[in-house]
Amino acid sequence: MRALLRRAPLAASTLVVASAVAVAACSSSGSATPSSSSSSSGSGSSTAKTGLKIFVIPKNLGNPYFTTADSKGTGGALAAISALGDSGTETSGTAATSASQIPAIQAAITKGANALVVSATDPTALCPTLNGAIKRKIPVVTYDSDAPSCRSLFINQASTSAIGTSEVDLLAKQIGDSGEIGIVSAAASATNQNAWIGYMKTELAKYPKIKLVATVYGNDDPATATQVTQGLLEQYPNLKGIISPTTVGILAAAGVLDSAKYRGKVMLTGLGTPDSMKKYVSDGTVKAFELWNPANLGYLAGYAAADIAGGTLKVTQGATFTAGKLGQFTIGADNTVLLGPPTVFDSANINNFNF
Amino acid sequence: MRWETGLVVVVIAIAIMGSSLSPQFLTANNFFNLGLNNGEIAIMALPMALIIISGEIDLSVESTLGMSSAVLGVLWADHWPMLAIFVVVAVVGALAGAINGLLVTRVGLPSLAVTIGTLALYRGIALILLGPRTVANFPTIYTNVGIVAIPHTDLPYSIGIFIVLAVIFAIVLHATPFGRSIYAMGDNAEAAMFAGLRVKRIKTTLFIVSGVASALAGVLFTFRLNTAVQDNGTGLSLDVVAIVLLAGVSIFGGKGSIGGVFLAVLAFAGLQNALLLTNFNQEATGLVTGGLLLVSVFVPNAAMFVRSIRRAVTRMTRRMPSEPALSMPRKDT
Amino acid sequence: MTATLAPHREPGSPAPASSRRLADRVFRIREFGIVAVLVVFVAVTASIQSRFLSSTNIQFILVDATIFALLALGETIVVISRNVDLSVGSVLGLSAFLTARLASNTHGLPLPLVFLAGIGIGLLCGIVNGLMVTIGRVPSLVVTLATLYIIRGADVLIVGGGQVVPSSYYPSFLTISKATVAGIPDLAIVVAVVIAGGAYWLRTYRSGRELYAIGSNPDAARLAGIPMGRRVFTAFALSGAIAGVAGVLWASRYGTVDSTAGTSYELQVVAAVVVGGVAIFGGSGSVVGAAIGALLLQTINSALYVLGVSPNWDQAIAGFLLILAIVLDRLISLRLTASLRRRSARRGA
Repeated sequence: MRALLRRAPLAASTLVVASAVAVAACSSSGSATPSSSSSSSGSGSSTAKTGLKIFVIPKNLGNPYFTTADSKGTGGALAAISALGDSGTETSGTAATSASQIPAIQAAITKGANALVVSATDPTALCPTLNGAIKRKIPVVTYDSDAPSCRSLFINQASTSAIGTSEVDLLAKQIGDSGEIGIVSAAASATNQNAWIGYMKTELAKYPKIKLVATVYGNDDPATATQVTQGLLEQYPNLKGIISPTTVGILAAAGVLDSAKYRGKVMLTGLGTPDSMKKYVSDGTVKAFELWNPANLGYLAGYAAADIAGGTLKVTQGATFTAGKLGQFTIGADNTVLLGPPTVFDSANINNFNF
Repeated sequence: MRWETGLVVVVIAIAIMGSSLSPQFLTANNFFNLGLNNGEIAIMALPMALIIISGEIDLSVESTLGMSSAVLGVLWADHWPMLAIFVVVAVVGALAGAINGLLVTRVGLPSLAVTIGTLALYRGIALILLGPRTVANFPTIYTNVGIVAIPHTDLPYSIGIFIVLAVIFAIVLHATPFGRSIYAMGDNAEAAMFAGLRVKRIKTTLFIVSGVASALAGVLFTFRLNTAVQDNGTGLSLDVVAIVLLAGVSIFGGKGSIGGVFLAVLAFAGLQNALLLTNFNQEATGLVTGGLLLVSVFVPNAAMFVRSIRRAVTRMTRRMPSEPALSMPRKDT
Repeated sequence: MTATLAPHREPGSPAPASSRRLADRVFRIREFGIVAVLVVFVAVTASIQSRFLSSTNIQFILVDATIFALLALGETIVVISRNVDLSVGSVLGLSAFLTARLASNTHGLPLPLVFLAGIGIGLLCGIVNGLMVTIGRVPSLVVTLATLYIIRGADVLIVGGGQVVPSSYYPSFLTISKATVAGIPDLAIVVAVVIAGGAYWLRTYRSGRELYAIGSNPDAARLAGIPMGRRVFTAFALSGAIAGVAGVLWASRYGTVDSTAGTSYELQVVAAVVVGGVAIFGGSGSVVGAAIGALLLQTINSALYVLGVSPNWDQAIAGFLLILAIVLDRLISLRLTASLRRRSARRGA
């Protein structure tokens, strides 16, 4: 019955990236060196203008992933902005649709924003509004989900190809390089999901004995994701593994597999947050999965936006800047900055993470 | 006090509140944005008002919007000329409305149930047409409706269209026999039928008008965002109904005015915008919208409310004296 | 289920035996109709994909359907009295989050108290709805449309960007929805008993039957001295409390709860009720029918997933089936009225 009146897909929580193209090219150019001392950041912002108004606009409010990425308490975007002496505000609509996000962007511009940090609900629909900001010399930094033709800089959480290939490799190891597998995605129209799945298919060519039998869509709704996973398992009784590159999908799939019938027999990997998956890793339902740190993604985006607005960072390919605790980054092709490789979580390390 | 007078007071209060909380509230640029974000809802509210006055409801408008957007996207991607697409989209909207109208009037089904069904059906058709695709390469001359104001004004095109339509709807509803018959059938469908009014035909016409208006809203929505995706417009139906109820249109039918709708659009849009410009917690916007709706129905009932409480207290009886207010008008067949 | 046909007639009233027999027969047909659709649908699906009837899949369907069947029970009670409750999805969401938090390790409230809390939260919302409809005399569609916004707004405000995840519950909370007896989920058995209880109350008890009278003809009901305010108020309170319980079950079933749980469920629940043969203008229908309606919609949904039908099609199919269901129901009841009229005409002559 979920399908009867499906709500607008909250694709946001799946960490949707819009630009698949630019990413492969620049995956080598971004270099995160967490060891670098935070004092080096001072050199950038000492001459910078401070007291700027910077608005952080996630796809929607009330979304746990973006709350982690944006909040001051988690060390996200607002933490970086206030560390540089600027004032940050998080705002957005309550639904992850462009029609709901656009009024918040307009209001931010009206309120005299000096920079915008935006996770785009749609790669094109925001452009009239965002171009309006750029025309007024307000830098626009996108993070998590890009709007390639109407932003100054995109902070990419992880290389698209790396996500796609590493998840296939993780699963292949768990199922012994052979058997039927399925994918539980978010919305059928989620650009980054489809980009990742594209790379997964390429990588699967290396494993001739693994067969991808179906891709199903849970729309980032726990109930729908649960049902499509159930349907997948019933339709393919010999299924050996599932990849779910969305935090909502992997949790729902883990909930279905968390029974004597499936535990240890159907493997699951994908993108998930360590806090939410701890139960399933400790009881053996899930062996390993991966994700970047959303707070670091937000922090980097906030830092870059403040630096650009403050006049200490010019957006050109090859330019470098130091983002506080995260170290030094380089702007790659298509004005994209790469956060770094994702972290793989398993029973050995999952308790060291808290997000 | 007339309902509209009360709404004027509300609109003025919101304007004062907005401008005192934010210096940008009463600027031309903000007015443009405010209008832009609410143009489609406003356009759909006009036929919705007529339908509710006639004693029915149409919950499928958001899906008709989405389906029209999908048709527009698919045909444009197929390199159809834009003029031909407009004709097709208008026909699709009219058909969607006609299906609603015929199921309600000829089969005799309650409009609430029918339009919940077509809410799913029309959205489903949008999903079949577009699937996961996004069509985004519309020509600038059309997508400018989302950027450019009508020359010599600060109004976006969608609001210009709304104003023109509002005048037409007001004339039809308040100054023609057709309009008077809408009130008559909302008051008492049986009496209207015995009086010789073609109730079924008029109601079908209203649903068709609603379908076409939603299709128009779908075109404006698509061009404004330069995006045709299958979920365009989800969640707008209840907003439209909320505006119409705020306008003083009775859910039982037979009461309401276009002037009220116009003022309700101003109040609704102004309030949402004021909340965005102040540092009000955006997550609580629903609280304010719902609260406004409740206040709007409670104020006229206040006298009755006080009386019934007083009666309940004085009688000191366990039995509640009041009867429940009914949720819906009776079936008219 | 005489209630479905002639709610205004007391069960013991001296109706002529012949028309009673006919009514009984048609009744059986009417309830039989939706069951038949269900059976045919299951048979066709199973013939294409035999695993549709596997014990795990049946368990999945039953557990998912129980939550909607519960909501449909509360909604039916309200709809029978010629009202509607659009706030159930928001009530479910609020209850799901708050009780999930109570069931988390940090609070560790015992299970019975978690359910009590769910009932309490729902009851509170239902009472507010009921008071505004009865004492405030505001149409229920408007009241519950407003509380749909308001309760969801309160939910979002409380939850913020937070969520409760499966790892944070004590283990017995998640197993509520997984335990089975002879292959049938405990949850489905309990909910079936609750629905049977609801059906018995509506059929047999004066307070239940008076709801039919109110929905059938409010003026006549008032003249007959039925305490309308109290009855309708009770209906809303019940609907709220049931939605509160459904929230607890939702949290247990799906584990992950944020501020969006239950969004847009209200229209799906109304759809289940309508498909189940409950008249949207009150006075007629049974909770058993509504529960089967919920089960049917859930089965259709599951079948589309299990058959691997392109996800692009499922919503259109569901919408089409919903319209088909209400059209068929209308045609059957038209035929019924016609045959009853013929009979009474013959008797009159």
